Amino acid sequence: MSETLGTDTAIGGQSQGTPRVGGAAETAPPTRPRAAGRRRGRAKMRLEIAVLSGPPIIVFLAFVIFPVALAAYYGFYQWHGYGAATDWVGLNNYKLILTDPAFQQVLWHNLLIVVLSLVIQGPLAILLALLLNQKIRGRTIIRVLIFVPYVISEVIVGTGWSLMLQANGALNDLLAHVGLGSLKADWLASPKLALWTLMAIISWKYIGFAVILMLAGLQAIPEELHEAAAIDGASYWQIQRRITLPLLGPTIRIWAFLSIIGSLQLFDLVYIIWGEYVSGTAGTSTMAIYMVGQGRDAGNYGYGSAIAVVMFLISLIVALIYQRFVLRRDLRGAVTEGAI
Amino acid sequence: MSATTAGSWRSTLEPQTPGSGSRRGRRGAPQKWGSPFTYFVALLFIAVCIAPVLYIVVGGFRTNSQITTSPAGLPHPWVVTNYTGVLKSVTFWGEFANSVIVGLASTVGIVVLGLMVSFVIARYDFKFKGAMYSLFAAGLMFPLVIAITPLYIVVKDLGLIDSLAGVIIPQIAFGLPTTVIILVPFLRAIPKEIEEAAALDGASRLGFFVRMVLPLSLPGVVTVGILAFIGSWNNFVLPLYIINSQANFTLPLGVQQFSSQYSTDTARVLAFTSLAMLPALIFFTIFQQRIVGGLTGAVKG
Repeated sequence: MSETLGTDTAIGGQSQGTPRVGGAAETAPPTRPRAAGRRRGRAKMRLEIAVLSGPPIIVFLAFVIFPVALAAYYGFYQWHGYGAATDWVGLNNYKLILTDPAFQQVLWHNLLIVVLSLVIQGPLAILLALLLNQKIRGRTIIRVLIFVPYVISEVIVGTGWSLMLQANGALNDLLAHVGLGSLKADWLASPKLALWTLMAIISWKYIGFAVILMLAGLQAIPEELHEAAAIDGASYWQIQRRITLPLLGPTIRIWAFLSIIGSLQLFDLVYIIWGEYVSGTAGTSTMAIYMVGQGRDAGNYGYGSAIAVVMFLISLIVALIYQRFVLRRDLRGAVTEGAI
Repeated sequence: MSATTAGSWRSTLEPQTPGSGSRRGRRGAPQKWGSPFTYFVALLFIAVCIAPVLYIVVGGFRTNSQITTSPAGLPHPWVVTNYTGVLKSVTFWGEFANSVIVGLASTVGIVVLGLMVSFVIARYDFKFKGAMYSLFAAGLMFPLVIAITPLYIVVKDLGLIDSLAGVIIPQIAFGLPTTVIILVPFLRAIPKEIEEAAALDGASRLGFFVRMVLPLSLPGVVTVGILAFIGSWNNFVLPLYIINSQANFTLPLGVQQFSSQYSTDTARVLAFTSLAMLPALIFFTIFQQRIVGGLTGAVKG
């Protein structure tokens, strides 16, 4: 291991004998210059902090925080994207959003996607992770293969699936071949099915990520606990319920958080498979789709910005509630300050 | 060498986590075969994950008439003209080059800026440290989609519309939160004694950063870099807003445009799509251990 470390301590040992220049200067007049040196050290440290953290903070503020603030600003105007925003409408955009049936519809879709993602992927991922965590051969290759859908972009996933799920596509053909022709359906266009099709595609794309996270969580649980419980006569399922699940808790909670935030922002998949207009009739449009439709395509940038703010507030409230009540112990100051 | 050094550091630091050492031990022991049921479910799961991807790749080797007559069949005979056609097209390579430029520039930007600020947060002691961390962590709640309209306006005001820089710079900014979240625990895990030893040797804090921190945090840096590259490679919303002319298209835009332009030429769309996903897949396969390991660290950190 410690080739680097070894040489370093060796050098450290040598240099202890010969006092450094700075050290010599300090020892000559005892008290006051040392304070000055410390002050100089502090100034130097401040400079280093500024030089190192300045550029990232500037980029971050300019391209993340400022646009979000700008959205909040434009949300108060009726504005069509060119010239200065002058048509102040106060909270009118927000009042419109609250009574806009189209927005209520997309909000409902987003909530369904959030809940269904958790309910479908969560239990499935835990079961699969428990299974794959056993000592079986080819674990590495399994991990790679189940992660593949997650690595492919939503654009490609969407393009591929929409070709397969067309009325005359591969899935219906396959069903007919195996004698399940009665199950053939218009998976994408039927308003009854489309949302479930979307959920199937989302689950397919993101389950691998969930399983990998759960596997990582499982591997952090010491095996001795299981052995001890087994010696005490606990059955396999008792061990999983009483020991594994509680210890997997932090991983599950973080996965759920990521899943919720992701579901609230869903855009690419729906945009590619259904597009703005079809997604409205098929019942798969999301808040982000509606926002882009209003802002970029209909030119109502003020209204689009207000939708963005509402989306952000929903995400923020969800995140804060989640952190306050669920993640509190797990993050230990990752997002709130705390333990740094 | 430095990677293994850091790896063993981590495992000695956190004995409860499965470090590389314990895994190596497991591999050394003769492995038992598990139950057939486990393999059955694992294979089924893999089949579900891989089949649609294979469908896209294999579909590219068929002709349109084959696809129309039997949508779920295998190529008979296999034709390569779809793939060769895409590989010969200037459009594909132009979009490929744009994606590579955007991906590399974004990755370098995210890694360099992310390391700088993570180092400050992890190793310096000052008043606003916590606030700085919270600022970047809060960025996780500002996803690109939400800020896209005003971001478009900002980029437009800077005159960067329809340029690759207009995609790269915002991508760097939006990549910083994840980077900081992953790198800070990595940098903090380097023992204080090493820093003190370096200081005794007369190294400044910056010297310590370059000579000790960079090599020791290499695994984290690689993870962050891979995630940044794949994120950039797959990004769709930002180029959709920023880039207008086809000469500046990245591959996701290209796939979307190609599939609507040649909507009747399914086989070619499948070939184009396969070739567009290939680089991210190769990249992932090479570095999969790092990605998975990095995610693990991030969750535990």
